[in-house]
Amino acid sequence: MIYQTILLLPLFGAILAGVLGKRVGEHAAEYLATGLLCVTAFLSLWVFFFELPHMEVAKTVPLFTFLDSGSLQVDWSIRVDALTAVMLVVVTGVSALVHIYSIGYMHDDPQRPRFFAYLSLFTFAMLALVTSDNFVQLFFGWEGVGLASYLLIGFWYKKPSANAAAIKAFVVNRVGDFGFALGIFAVFFVFGSLDFTTVFEAAKGQAGKTFEFAGFQLDVMTTICLLLFMGAMGKSAQFLLHTWLPDAMEGPTPVSALIHAATMVTAGVFLVVRCSPLFELSPVALQVVTIVGATTAFFAATVGLFQNDIKRVVAYSTCSQLGYMFFAAGVGAYQAAMFHLFTHAFFKALLFLGSGSVIHALAGEQDMRRMGGIYKMIPYTYVLMLIGTLALTGFPFLAGFWSKDAIIESAFAAHTGVGNYAFALGIAAAAMTSFYSWRLIFMTFHGKFRGDHHALDHIHDSPPVMMVPLVILGVGAVLAGFVFYEDFIGHHQAHFWGQAIINLQEHTALEARHHVPDWVYFAPAVAMLLGFAVAWYYYIDHPERPAQMAARRGPLYLFLYNKWYFDELYDFLFVRPAKRLGHFLWKTGDGKVIDGLGPDGVSAGIVDWTRQVVRLQTGYLYHYAFAMLIGVAIFATWFMAATQ
Amino acid sequence: MTGLLSLITFFPLVAVAMILVFAREGAQGDQLARQTTLFATLVTFALSLWAWAEFDPSKSGFQFVEDFAWFGGTIRYHIGVDGISLPFVILTAFLMPLCILASWTSIETRVKEYMIAFLVLETLMIGVFVSLDIVLFYLFFEGGLIPMFLIIGIWGGPRRVYASFKFFLYTLLGSVLMLVAIMAMYITAGTTDIVALLAYEFPKDMQYLLFLAFLASFAVKLPMWPVHTWLPDAHVEAPTAGSVILAGILLKMGGYGFLRFSLPMFPDASVYFAPMMFALSVIAIIYTSLVALMQEDIKKLIAYSSVAHMGFVTMGMFALNRQGVDGAVVQMISHGFISGALFLCVGIIYDRMHTREIKAYGGLVNRMPIYAAVFMVFTMANVGLPGTSGFVGEFLTLVGAYKANTTVALLATTGVILSAAYALWLYRRVVFGELEKKSLADIEDMNLREIVVIVPLVVATLFFGFYPKPIFDMTGTAVEATLENINGKLKTAEVEATP
Repeated sequence: MIYQTILLLPLFGAILAGVLGKRVGEHAAEYLATGLLCVTAFLSLWVFFFELPHMEVAKTVPLFTFLDSGSLQVDWSIRVDALTAVMLVVVTGVSALVHIYSIGYMHDDPQRPRFFAYLSLFTFAMLALVTSDNFVQLFFGWEGVGLASYLLIGFWYKKPSANAAAIKAFVVNRVGDFGFALGIFAVFFVFGSLDFTTVFEAAKGQAGKTFEFAGFQLDVMTTICLLLFMGAMGKSAQFLLHTWLPDAMEGPTPVSALIHAATMVTAGVFLVVRCSPLFELSPVALQVVTIVGATTAFFAATVGLFQNDIKRVVAYSTCSQLGYMFFAAGVGAYQAAMFHLFTHAFFKALLFLGSGSVIHALAGEQDMRRMGGIYKMIPYTYVLMLIGTLALTGFPFLAGFWSKDAIIESAFAAHTGVGNYAFALGIAAAAMTSFYSWRLIFMTFHGKFRGDHHALDHIHDSPPVMMVPLVILGVGAVLAGFVFYEDFIGHHQAHFWGQAIINLQEHTALEARHHVPDWVYFAPAVAMLLGFAVAWYYYIDHPERPAQMAARRGPLYLFLYNKWYFDELYDFLFVRPAKRLGHFLWKTGDGKVIDGLGPDGVSAGIVDWTRQVVRLQTGYLYHYAFAMLIGVAIFATWFMAATQ
Repeated sequence: MTGLLSLITFFPLVAVAMILVFAREGAQGDQLARQTTLFATLVTFALSLWAWAEFDPSKSGFQFVEDFAWFGGTIRYHIGVDGISLPFVILTAFLMPLCILASWTSIETRVKEYMIAFLVLETLMIGVFVSLDIVLFYLFFEGGLIPMFLIIGIWGGPRRVYASFKFFLYTLLGSVLMLVAIMAMYITAGTTDIVALLAYEFPKDMQYLLFLAFLASFAVKLPMWPVHTWLPDAHVEAPTAGSVILAGILLKMGGYGFLRFSLPMFPDASVYFAPMMFALSVIAIIYTSLVALMQEDIKKLIAYSSVAHMGFVTMGMFALNRQGVDGAVVQMISHGFISGALFLCVGIIYDRMHTREIKAYGGLVNRMPIYAAVFMVFTMANVGLPGTSGFVGEFLTLVGAYKANTTVALLATTGVILSAAYALWLYRRVVFGELEKKSLADIEDMNLREIVVIVPLVVATLFFGFYPKPIFDMTGTAVEATLENINGKLKTAEVEATP
């Protein structure tokens, strides 16, 4: 029952807050949703700490039939193993904290019940995703979180930019889902089942085989994995399908923390890790995952260098960190990917909620160029943001240090071409991460205040309801890496993960990272210091320089500032042609060709023809009778001739 | 339960008689007509649920069969249902009371005639699905057009004449060819009985012609690309309830026709023409989705999206496997809920503003939160979001198509991107944003009657989205039997071909 309760409480919370929000009052609705979520979080912790250690194999609880069509049998069910348990803790933990935080953050919003309903709905969908034991329920959760994300990005529906961002998020994700869906069809076609257990057990038998796909003879496992990975790229905002994530910052900040940092965007990573029995069998797919992940880590970090919106900096940082997780999975270090997913949830949610606290303190200001020097005024927020930044940049013994460094070392230890590519870009991205993170801290909290001075009249640290979640996340950002290192990627990892993650014998990157040369150990730290030093130079020592550089508008600056022009490129390549084509098919295809040759053409012809026929209509009864007789005769003759 | 089906089919006509006898001229008579009609359609719905309860899904073959000589013994009054036709009977009976309730205040002229037209239409539509004699089927099938013409032609919008003419011209061509085909079938097989015809094996060459003749009729009804252009015009001019029935039931007659006649009676031709059907389906999905993207009229947009969704139906059927056909049936049922509800949603704001221009709206959520929520549910269902019935049909048809032809599945899956684009863009332009237009300043949210109409559809869409098993239970045996029938015939054909 505990599993069912975990899954369904958020759904009840969503329904109660959404439907009864008006009846029971705003406060009752939000306390109800938050309370239920806290219960869920405690139950998840219970599962993680007290049930998981005794779990030898994955537990599956079937609920009821979903699809029942011939050989296609799919149940709604709950599967719990180490992978699920980790995700349960991350999802319900961050979600509960975000719920609590939102009570303070959304204090003045008249539509709070709706907001809490969406948050709880999201949590339900995310739980359905991570507890799934088949591809269809996974897809349900996948689309469900997409819906919640759409609703929450567009929560302030009066803002055109929020609406545009919401649609963009949904549609870009659908591009990924296009691949994901095809991957699911291919899995069913090949394995005759969509249950994880059946598919994963049969996977080995399909290694190296080929099948026909869209007219080509392709490797089975590679095709399936790449199609599934396309879905992961959409959901986790990887290179080429990343464009929606920065825009998604239009949503309220707690949403960014929950959905666009800690949970939903990590669903892609979860998918790849969950499907490790499949990915392990396709070296090509793993290489692609590595390349895409590494490229994203690098690309997003470069764009993050010069953004001025505090939330967008953190958003690009998220995108970049997701890239790390993917290339970890790509080199076979799934455990490290999950570890980073776990630690990242703490410090990135902390950074987002901390940013929210800053924005809250400054009455909605998000542009860092109009901040500065406020660390004394909101000291608690400042300290917590510092902890988040240190954890993100990989400061020794904080959360990111354990997980990120393990990923970078694993990439090197893979000793493959793509591994080295990922290692090089990972180091470069680490330096940039450090730079933009410290830039954020310096621009926001240090130097002189650059905004309108009235904004400082009411500046204050956030109320306890917002600060307590931040403190909890802060504790996690400090300790999560150190405490869980052994379980996730250390000596106990094989026991901890059990059958949830499958590694081929030859994929030893996770182990081999213990034997890399010393300079590889220190490279991330050097990169971190370098990024810090550059940020210090530009934003503390010479704070006038960056503005001058921006004013000069050099080509590289513009290229990075405009996010490598992806939005413009996609608009030119896809959006406008689709609209033009639609218009053409409507006006010319339907209008001129089909209707012109069809009904309208025929009717014009008939008008001509009827003018001729009218002459036959003489008005004399016997003319008609005669014509009828002839008709009957012809019909009878034909009928008799045919029956013989 | 002999007689139950006839009762379901003809009960609406009892109400027609009562209206003709008792409803006088004037407002009182109109009200009586409305009440009588609502009552009669509710009873019919209850009877159809009774039939569902009595129906034994484990048996293949037809149930509740009634068989009487009619027209000299050759053409018989032979009716019955199996798992493929019963859901459509229930769907028809389910949508009808909602349509009547939706027309409660929006139809003010010739109320009695309007109600009579709908009651007659119900009888004819149910008749289509229960007929087990092909001539009887033809009569119901074509007869259904007459009340629909009248509904569009009398209670329709300003360009109703053009719309009904276009509708007529398209269907005429199909009808004539189908009639000829039916005659040819009678001459060859010596029977018009559908059960007998299902077992009969037509010679291959003849199958091709018969298939094409039936295709002409069903393709127009469904509609398939490129004979779809009547649908947007018909929808735009039809009154709300007319659109609901048109999208919810009349289109499904085409799909039902394929499943009942074309596939099992002409299996060789179905296999032969499957690539063409796939091509037309995929074109329908992509082409009409792109066209939907650019529509300026809400109803036209939904009409075009209907064509795209019917593309999934034909694609699934001609995959000729269990998932494809199951998916096609579920997709048709679910589209009955979803498109019906979407047209009701349009009707709700049309009744208030008397325009269907997207541009005339914007920011409705500010004054109509309930409406916004309901419209969101059906927008998402239209997009095929899992958890709504729209997903189940789309997913299964695609699974089926993938098994038959990966390229077709690949192309059709692009529909999931395009449908999201046009549906969400529509929603944004109508519902989201600031309420800036002065004309909308006093717009009222849904009233109780409108809520009562829409809630059953919300429930059905979500219920079958999470738990579609009742549909599978009802249809499974019949679909399996149909596929076995087809495969059996294909095998004998193979055996004969290899001497």
